[in-house]
Amino acid sequence: MRIELTPEQIGNQLGFRLFSKEHIAPHAAEHDREQRVSNALIREVAEKGYLLPFLPGEWGGQGMDMVSYGLLHEEVGKACSSVRSLLTVHDMVGLAIYRWGSSRQRHTWLSRLARGEIIGALAISEPNAGSDAGGVETVAIPRNGAYVLSGKKKWITFGQIADLFLVLAKCENKPTAFLVERGTPGFSTRPINDVLGTRGSMLAELTFDDCVVLPENLVARKGFGMSSVALTALGLGRYSIAWGSVGIAQACLDSCMRYVSQRRQFGALLKEHQLIQQMITEMITDISAARLLCCQAGYLKDMNDPREIKETFTAKYFASTIAMRAATNAVQIHGANGCSSDYPVERYLRDAKVMEIIEGSTQIQQITIAKFGFQEYEQHLLKEENINQAMAVSV
Amino acid sequence: MDENKGRIRTFFSGFFRTNQLKDSDDIFALGFVNSLFAMQLVMWLEKEFAIAINDEDLDIANFNSIDAISSLINRKSLATVQV
Repeated sequence: MRIELTPEQIGNQLGFRLFSKEHIAPHAAEHDREQRVSNALIREVAEKGYLLPFLPGEWGGQGMDMVSYGLLHEEVGKACSSVRSLLTVHDMVGLAIYRWGSSRQRHTWLSRLARGEIIGALAISEPNAGSDAGGVETVAIPRNGAYVLSGKKKWITFGQIADLFLVLAKCENKPTAFLVERGTPGFSTRPINDVLGTRGSMLAELTFDDCVVLPENLVARKGFGMSSVALTALGLGRYSIAWGSVGIAQACLDSCMRYVSQRRQFGALLKEHQLIQQMITEMITDISAARLLCCQAGYLKDMNDPREIKETFTAKYFASTIAMRAATNAVQIHGANGCSSDYPVERYLRDAKVMEIIEGSTQIQQITIAKFGFQEYEQHLLKEENINQAMAVSV
Repeated sequence: MDENKGRIRTFFSGFFRTNQLKDSDDIFALGFVNSLFAMQLVMWLEKEFAIAINDEDLDIANFNSIDAISSLINRKSLATVQV
């Protein structure tokens, strides 16, 4: 058994780290303060090929492996959670189209999404449907060969600037996914500002007011909007959030290392105080464990192994939890300085909290992981039963 | 064909009891299917039988029984060979 990155993955990681450090991190505080990410930076990210890099070359991607993809989201997430959230939602839309879109949809949208000519946003959450995504109230009514969408979506990441929205609606009471372009009559967006964390994510509320969508914009079949389209997108989203959480935790640790190596209290550097060492140790251990879970999920994704679904849930649950713990400890170590915007750790704390809520809250992950656990237990019992029966027959 | 059915049954047995399940029984009607199971089933079919399931295959009738899934595998395998 070997648990290490390949030379290619290490090379990718260095490239991601350098770009994120030089081009993204210097703007992170500004993104947070101004509540937006600049178009210039989005162009730079696109030009680097960091949008939908896992797509095959024919669709504008690089055929990047999923472990490298995770490393990208860790490095970008370490630099700025708002930019990472752009990568997350944009890629969720692209993946859903690649996986379940029609040939026409793939030809129309994928290359443009991969080049960043257009930005994608995923529209599932609503004022009355958060964790309960199946409870969406937006409806799509078939009329004259098209579909008429009515309803509201809320908390839509990069909804302020996105050009293409993947929308989950109920069509004849069946969850169904549609692509809606900005500019479609009856569709409008309204910015949502002053949220707790990832404040540069340019959230929006969307309104569909008798918005007519052509049948060619239906993604997959009617009734498969949740079980196929949304779950495919959310699976990638969870994976991205898991890695992005590792990035936040690592950023917390890096900040603390600098701080405790410079600040003196009671005549000694902070790093010489044992209770500080305890918090540093927790961060180091948590980050290592979370990164391993993420790598495992990525490896299984690359193998197209169905177990990746459970492992991605586990990685997201653990990584987002430890990111919050690392950020809390980072602020604690920085003391009053940690509560000030002079240091980035207060931003990390706000961003980390968001990670425990998006792409399935901590509680949803806990319920789901337990179900997987019960399922594995049943499988174990069945295996034992089969072995006992076989032994009884042979005797 | 029968071998495929056996493999499908073994996969199902990881999720629910299959002792009484007939090849033609509707697993949706029996309440065995949730969205996570559906996702795992699609991933497993693609990996186990080296087939690609796409938007045109998304029809409950292709997935609602061991017989239906086995037929889907045969059609997809045939299409792959012809390509």
